[in-house]
Amino acid sequence: MPDLLAARSQMAVSLAFHIVFAVIGIAMPLMMVLAERRWQVTGHAIYLDLAKRWARGTAILFAVGAVSGTVLSFELGLLWPEFMRFAGPIIGMPFSLEGFAFFTEAIFLGIYLYGWDLIPRPAHLAAGGVVALSGAASGIFVVIANAWMNTPTGFELAQGHAVNVDPIAAMASPAALSQTIHMTLAAYAATGFAVAGIHAFLLLKDRANAFHRRALVIALLVGAPAAVLQPISGDLSARHLARHQPVKLAAAEALFETRAGAPLTLGGWPDVERRQTRLAIDVPYGLSLLAFHDPGAVVKGLDAAPRDEWPNVPAVHLAFQLMVALGTYLALVALWTGWRAWRGADLAHNTWLLRAIALGAPMGFIAVEAGWMVTELGRQPWVIYGVLKTADAVTPMPGLIVPFLAFTLLYCFLGVIVAWLLYRQIIRSPDIPEWRGFYMPPAGRGNRKAEG
Amino acid sequence: MRLADLVAGIVFLALNGYAVLGGADFGGGVWALLARGTRKDRQRELIADAIGPVWEANHVWLILALVLLFTCFPAAFARLGIVLHIPLSLVLIGIVLRGSAFTFWRYGGGAHGDEAQRHWGSVFAVASLITPLLLGTAVGAIASGSVRAGGTGSGAGFYDVYVAPWWTAFALSVGAFALVAFAFLAAVYLTLEAQQPELREDFRRRALGAGAALFGAALLVLTLSGSGAPRMRAGLIFAPWAVPLHLLTGATAVTALAGLWRRRYRLARVAAAAQVSLILWGWALSQYPYILPPDLTITEAAAPAVTLRLVLGALSLGAVVLLPSLYYLFRVFKSRSQPSAIGRQ
Repeated sequence: MPDLLAARSQMAVSLAFHIVFAVIGIAMPLMMVLAERRWQVTGHAIYLDLAKRWARGTAILFAVGAVSGTVLSFELGLLWPEFMRFAGPIIGMPFSLEGFAFFTEAIFLGIYLYGWDLIPRPAHLAAGGVVALSGAASGIFVVIANAWMNTPTGFELAQGHAVNVDPIAAMASPAALSQTIHMTLAAYAATGFAVAGIHAFLLLKDRANAFHRRALVIALLVGAPAAVLQPISGDLSARHLARHQPVKLAAAEALFETRAGAPLTLGGWPDVERRQTRLAIDVPYGLSLLAFHDPGAVVKGLDAAPRDEWPNVPAVHLAFQLMVALGTYLALVALWTGWRAWRGADLAHNTWLLRAIALGAPMGFIAVEAGWMVTELGRQPWVIYGVLKTADAVTPMPGLIVPFLAFTLLYCFLGVIVAWLLYRQIIRSPDIPEWRGFYMPPAGRGNRKAEG
Repeated sequence: MRLADLVAGIVFLALNGYAVLGGADFGGGVWALLARGTRKDRQRELIADAIGPVWEANHVWLILALVLLFTCFPAAFARLGIVLHIPLSLVLIGIVLRGSAFTFWRYGGGAHGDEAQRHWGSVFAVASLITPLLLGTAVGAIASGSVRAGGTGSGAGFYDVYVAPWWTAFALSVGAFALVAFAFLAAVYLTLEAQQPELREDFRRRALGAGAALFGAALLVLTLSGSGAPRMRAGLIFAPWAVPLHLLTGATAVTALAGLWRRRYRLARVAAAAQVSLILWGWALSQYPYILPPDLTITEAAAPAVTLRLVLGALSLGAVVLLPSLYYLFRVFKSRSQPSAIGRQ
């Protein structure tokens, strides 16, 4: 395995692993706070149990996210020293801010997890709120740094060196807005639907379980609105790509030739040698409409870039199609759910809706991974678009297959353990017979003192 | 004082924070590993309860130091990433295993706590050794002036570029020193965490032992520095600030041990943290103005002034949020010791 490929693979594995925990770390605290708030308002012990379970889940996942995030920030230097030498002064700013957001998150998570009996209730709820907010903020800062890699601004090049550095302009790169919105919504949609899907699945087996019903509703409150908004944010991203990252859009849409009235290519396998996409369905004028909101607009194709600056077209195209398909499914299920809820229907009694939600459980996360493949693979061979090639950024150290395999094994091992722990900790139904009943036990109110 | 020096000082302050707070969490792992006697389970419980609420916040000091380093001193960060690839990768593996094993240990069992949970306790304890040892070794390599520009085109072999800089008796002795120092800090802090007198005595004895071991480790580092890090040694002996610094460090060391001996634990805690901090600052001063001796100075490695100024601004704003939050965290959990609320439910 060549060293460049090993380095890219190690980075890809580290990112793909970390992003799952990062995404959960953004959305799970919100669900935990909503459950705690419901408990404080209604006094039902079931919500307290839910809040504590989600808090434990957050504890496990946040810890793994924190350590795998540490790995990534070291890997920037261990694998891509030349990238950091160039980019550090320009784009270090959002990383520093992320450091503070992460610090705040860690502090208040400690207070939240261990402070149930030590601080007043409003303070405890507020601590959870700070965790949720700072989690979202740290995600946004990291994505801002990534956006700069896609649309670098805030410096001038002079003999390969950056001069006139302006870190604020770098943070306000053209990709920053669309990317941060898309990623933040993705975090809530993916996590919300994953949790909702699990509880929908358990409800299908045990329809009269009050615990899973409440969990389902809160998870959908977080996931469904984000899933509905996501296609709108996707449209914003597509229009941004058409203007600022045309090669990435061309690869995602498998558009080989620059043309006016470009069609939207659904599915198919791009044949790079023959420059055509086989087995695809073309929607006439679709791409021009989506990219510029004008059926006659000219959309740049891959031919706008030299052949050696093309990304891996089949991989980017397939990842893009997958992301869009899964996102569309979740948006439709979210709309269905919203419509049923608006009509006052009992979600837990609608078997087909529960099945659709259960089926959606893994989809948000697969879409997140696919979306990152689009943005990262779609930028290749550049690490900083148009400025620095990935091959020129990699460490000179040989034998990089060894750390790649070591970290891959470590992460596989951790992934299995985490899945098993979550199953034991959070998903398993509580062993309280009364909660099996459909209606909330009247004793719930009285338990308040004992539980708090 | 130049802007770059000021920022470098702040980076080092973050590293200092990591050493006295995060370091002690690793030290706790050492004592979990060495738990002995009839009270060993209670010792481990105490360690876990002490670390639980704070270890993640303590860990962020390292992230903060790291992001400030690559933002403000990218040339130094790039060189460290190349030359110290192997020890830093091992540091990471230690961080990942320690952090996740600790969480699995505390949250893994839940209501169904069992054997599996114990195993995670062991993984946590063993993994706690890796990071301090290798992080200390990396510091030793920097101090000895062997983190030079290397890599492709230098003609040197793999061993010379990627192993020799840190695989030296001196660098490894610094790793051992770091491990002992962290264990010392942890034992001192744990005397204040313990509620029962017999547990407190356990950790008082351990702290005294570790304090003596720290003295031995320091002697070892000093001896090996003659050939391993002559420049640092010269700085530590002949610089104008050397004698006052050593006197102050010595005073804090004596105060810490005397505090332990006379069971004045709060005094011992402050003195021990000050002692470790002073040792760190002695290292920093001895290699000033170099960030990576023998050739890369703080000024040369620094990012453009506009970046440094913006980071300083962000740091001041961040401090306004961070310091009260940290104060609150430690006031809630460390002002009086109490059993954890959620860890063992």
